[in-house]
Order: sequence, then structure tokens, then C-alpha cells
Amino acid sequence: MSGQPDPARRIFVSYIDKSRDYYEAQGYGNPYRWAYNTAAPFTPLPKPLADSRVGIVTTASLIDDNDPGPEPFSMPRVVYSAPVDPPPASLYTMHRSWDKEATHTDDLGSFFPLQVMRDFAIEGRIAGVSARFYGVPTQYSQRQTIASDAPEILRLCREDGVDVALLVAL
Amino acid sequence: MSLTARHLEENGIPTVVLGSARDIVEQCAVPRFLFTDFPLGNPCGAPYDRTMQRQVAEMALVLLESAAFPRTTVQTPFHWPTDQWRQRFMEVDESHAAELREAGEIRRAQQAAQRAREAAARA
Repeated sequence: MSGQPDPARRIFVSYIDKSRDYYEAQGYGNPYRWAYNTAAPFTPLPKPLADSRVGIVTTASLIDDNDPGPEPFSMPRVVYSAPVDPPPASLYTMHRSWDKEATHTDDLGSFFPLQVMRDFAIEGRIAGVSARFYGVPTQYSQRQTIASDAPEILRLCREDGVDVALLVAL
Repeated sequence: MSLTARHLEENGIPTVVLGSARDIVEQCAVPRFLFTDFPLGNPCGAPYDRTMQRQVAEMALVLLESAAFPRTTVQTPFHWPTDQWRQRFMEVDESHAAELREAGEIRRAQQAAQRAREAAARA
């Protein structure tokens, strides 16, 4: 493999295929069944972005300075919110399944667009950023995401007057 | 994450998902998706590239403003400097089959320990 993409095959990576084969090779049975929908909801932008407050949702977690470091699988599987001011110096990502060989998450701006949104707010591109940002766990259980995590994110967004949401998946 | 976007949207908050796992997001079906064809981990642009990160963020805003239909995917114009990652991430082949099986055993043991801790915490 030269490393060049082969246009005789699909170029973009299928993570559904990759993760299924990978976990099967690790000895797991019953491959994960990803969420599948044939339609999506749609809410048109109700007002200009210059009048809209933006909320940011991330799959990264807060770093607890008092915690010596999470063990694998020990991260709390709960929704959280945290102030955007002061902005977090960094966020914890090692529990998420991103490509730790090809890249890194040392630069917050590469996966958490808070600073750039604050710049846009100063420039008047958006009205502002909500007072808190929101963390959502990547649940194995879609039922739990739908029944509890997503409603909790909605509640927090409403509490903070979020008009539009950016959701960033590691 | 995609399921959360759907829930917010169903309840009147327009959303855009920024991500690099195109098949997972599109199979879930979200209102608006800004896809960057990078290794997983930097969906807002390459590390320390503030110009690119700003362009990605601006595209997310334009997508919010301009999408007329749900399931609108827009791909950012950026390319990772190499392509080996496409094959190497979660690669499975015979040369490391034993290593993968062993990693699976360790992972299952960690998961069992976690379940035990959670059960103990509930008790």
C-alpha cells in the first residue's frame, strides 16, 4: 500500500465497517448496530445568526485537576455542562475512539470551536456564545441517549437560551 | 452525538454536526453535517492551524444559514497531508491477529472490572 487513495474503491473511511471488523478480531460477538434513520428532522434558522446565541456540544470530557488520571472505562457516563468563561485550558479525550496514531488533540481548537466562536461574537457574526458548553457521553446504548442524555442537553440549552447548536464529535 | 442533534432539532433548535466519521453520521441521519475528511480527532481543523479552524467554523455557520433540507452534508475542502491513516486506523490483518485477540481479552477484563465497580457503587 503506497498510502495513495485508490479511486477504484470508496475513498472515505467506513468506520462502521472498520469497527465491526476490529472488534470481531478482538473476540467480540454481536457487532454494534449503529443508529439508522431514513429521515431527519429539520428546523429552519428562526433568526439571523447575528442575533443568535450559539451553544457548543462536545464528546470530550472535563479534566479534574484533583484526579490522578482516569483508568480506562472509568469516565463518568453522564451529561455535563461547564462555563465558557474562563474557557477550559484543555479537555480530556483519551477515552474516545479517535486516531491516536495519525494525530493528536493537544490543540483544543482542533476539536472544540469555542475560541473561534468567541471571535465571531466580537465581530458580530453571531450574537454570542452561551454561558456554558455541554458534554455528551458517547453512549453504547442508543436507548439511553434518546431517553436521558439528549433531553438533558436540550434542557441545558433551553436554560441558557441557546438559539443554534454546534455539535462536535471527536 | 448525531442522536442528540436530532433531538435538539426536533425541539426547535437548529443544529450542525461537525465530524469526520461520515458513514456513522449520515446513517443516523442528521439535519446538517459538516464533514472534514481527516483522521478522527480534529473535526474543527488541523491542530494549531487557526486559519483552517476559522474557515471550518465559518462553513458550519454558513451551513446553518443556507441548508434548505435535512440531511444536508457539506464537505470542507481540506486534505490531510498523508493518506496512510485511512488503512491503518483499526486495521485488521493476519499479521497482528493474535495481538488483537489479546487486546480484546484485556479490554473485556477492564470492562468487567468497571461493571463490578458500578454494581458495587449501586449496592
